[in-house]
Amino acid sequence: MLRMRSAVAIFAGALLGAVLSVTNLAQATVARQTAPSPTADHSKFKELQKEFKSGPEVTKACLSCHTEAAKQVHLTKHWTWEFINTEKNQKLGKKNVLNNFCISTGKNTPYCTTCHVGYGWKDDSFDFSSEANVDCLVCHDTTLTYTKQPGLAGHVVGQDMEFPKGSGKIIKALNLSNIAQNVGKSSRDTCGVCHFFGGGGDGVKHGDMDSSLYAPEKNVDVHMDVDGLNFVCATCHQTSSHDIPGSRYTPTAKDKGGAHMRGKSEGQNPATCVACHDSKPHKDSKNKHAVRLNNHTEKLACQTCHIPAFARGGVATKMNWDWSTAGQMGPDGKPMVKKDDHGHAIYDTRKGDFILGENVKPEYYWFNGGVTYTLLGDKIEKGDKPVGINKIEGSPTDGKSLIWPFKVMRGKQPYDPENHTLITPHTAGPKSDGGYWTNFDWERAAAQGMKDRGAPFSGKVDFINTEMYWPVAHMVATKDKSVGCNECHAKDGRLNGVKGIYIPGRDANPLIDKAAWLLALLTLVGVLVHAAIRIFASKKH
Amino acid sequence: MVERVYIFKRFERFWHWAQAALIMFLLLTGFEIHGTYSNFGFEKAVELHTIAAWSLVGLWTFAVFWHFTTGEWKQYIPTTKRVTEMVRFYTVGIFNGEAHPFKQTALSKHNPLQRLAYLGVLLVMNPLIWISGWFLLFYGSWASWGFGDLTLELVATAHVLGAFMILLFLIVHVYLTTTGHTPLAHIKAMITGWEEKH
Repeated sequence: MLRMRSAVAIFAGALLGAVLSVTNLAQATVARQTAPSPTADHSKFKELQKEFKSGPEVTKACLSCHTEAAKQVHLTKHWTWEFINTEKNQKLGKKNVLNNFCISTGKNTPYCTTCHVGYGWKDDSFDFSSEANVDCLVCHDTTLTYTKQPGLAGHVVGQDMEFPKGSGKIIKALNLSNIAQNVGKSSRDTCGVCHFFGGGGDGVKHGDMDSSLYAPEKNVDVHMDVDGLNFVCATCHQTSSHDIPGSRYTPTAKDKGGAHMRGKSEGQNPATCVACHDSKPHKDSKNKHAVRLNNHTEKLACQTCHIPAFARGGVATKMNWDWSTAGQMGPDGKPMVKKDDHGHAIYDTRKGDFILGENVKPEYYWFNGGVTYTLLGDKIEKGDKPVGINKIEGSPTDGKSLIWPFKVMRGKQPYDPENHTLITPHTAGPKSDGGYWTNFDWERAAAQGMKDRGAPFSGKVDFINTEMYWPVAHMVATKDKSVGCNECHAKDGRLNGVKGIYIPGRDANPLIDKAAWLLALLTLVGVLVHAAIRIFASKKH
Repeated sequence: MVERVYIFKRFERFWHWAQAALIMFLLLTGFEIHGTYSNFGFEKAVELHTIAAWSLVGLWTFAVFWHFTTGEWKQYIPTTKRVTEMVRFYTVGIFNGEAHPFKQTALSKHNPLQRLAYLGVLLVMNPLIWISGWFLLFYGSWASWGFGDLTLELVATAHVLGAFMILLFLIVHVYLTTTGHTPLAHIKAMITGWEEKH
């Protein structure tokens, strides 16, 4: 039976046009996570000692004891795919935002919702009030056998079925009974199966999260190190009532709360570094520069020094995606995929050109946690500067900002040159649906996608440069690998473009420097001339 | 036999040369921290600069104590008497083989120009470099000292300004050591303590 991550790999493969082989992922071996010692053995519950034919059947059994669980999930963005940013007055969430990877959900929903914590969200008719539609197992499976097939809108295969229809391929049913009897806490596997594959494949989107974190070595992530601290995602993203903290829509850029004390962290984000380490974490006993480093926390996010590079686990991340070159067929007239020496797709007829990166040095910007999205319908102009799919806010003087590391995803994506808006194209799906990935017709794909979202579309498709900012917060290196002093305190160092801060070694008052060196030179020349005259005069005498 | 006079006492000589070494080392590491050139690397340069700075603080504690207990501080009392003569000597007389207008004694080892120069050092250069340097050593404490509004840029620039003044001083100072009756006479005196009289 396919393991869940393999299934997602297939999903990713379907999107990438290159099926990632199971061996590729074999490196993501079974996580050796410390087993919690639960007080309940779910295999002893009569409610679970039966055969389940579908996901919702299992959920109903779960809810017969965990009466409030589905109601809690209903309130989270894992369920709604919607997030209201009250500060910016923007409706965000996967349902609403666009990105510069696979662009948007909308008409592609039955494929996207393979990663929804629910069963059956294929279009707007989905019943968000249904408790049975909540998928408990996708987060709570411990057998690593729970899989979701792309295109089934998040449904699981409860009985053997042919998929895709007419392909002759039979997908075996999951052993839902066994899975249900072995539920437990979430793990790097259950979170990772979606979050490591964001953007349509392993490591594509985030750069600081990929399958290398299933069972990372210490140098990939010092906290998740399987042979050391062995943190799971929820160790930092400590959750209550199913509402997982640590938002990318409203990140905590500068945590002034200090280390959390049990019972006293009300309303604070537990997932920040400071929540455990405090804001003066360097200790004299361990570091000769402790005081100096602690002073740096006024200006720098912990991540800036402690995550020297992302995509450090051997999995490449996409850095650039140019949709405008999509549609070129191979010599056989069929869609093609070109790969680089590492086996990474760098061109895909369905998607265009990619640039990938491993061990990528982040870009650094002042960041106060404010993020504004360019949403569907927002007016954009084609110009010298790329359009910010999201824009980050921050300044050296607002008292709320720190210098943060970012993965900046750049690319070219479809937009409507007459209405001056981004486009949410229909991409995934069989040929009969009209999606771009099977029909290679931008106008049709755009028309269908925009219609689905109820957005006006002029009928014309052009491409526009975009960029998107992803704060980097995972893959924390061991302290000996953190960014050294000399990498920023230098001309052309890592913080070269960061303004509003005086960095010794990088900055100087050019006027004073020039004038002073000139004066020093003149003085030197002066004394030398004086000496020369003395020598000359003494010879004359 | 040339008449000799004992001008510089043992501690004074030690102070002078230790300070000279520290100042030159501070200039070297300091300009590296400033980003002028690269040798030790920023991190190491900061470490060494800090060690040298604290060493100089220690040396100065002794030197200040010594000056006051021995009364040698009086050597630095400024005077404008015969300054014009001094200026004339360095700009004209020295080229004509004239004798130095100032007679050095153990009780008066600095000529009037030196006294004025050291007054400048004490009133401008030292406060600039020491106060800014002290702040830089305690960068994290500014707010608690009530200097929360102070910017690193301002303090660092003041420190750099002080450093340039020291550099200029150093150039002139070293050159003027060659203006004794022989080019190395003054330096010899600063090593042995004895100045030859002419």
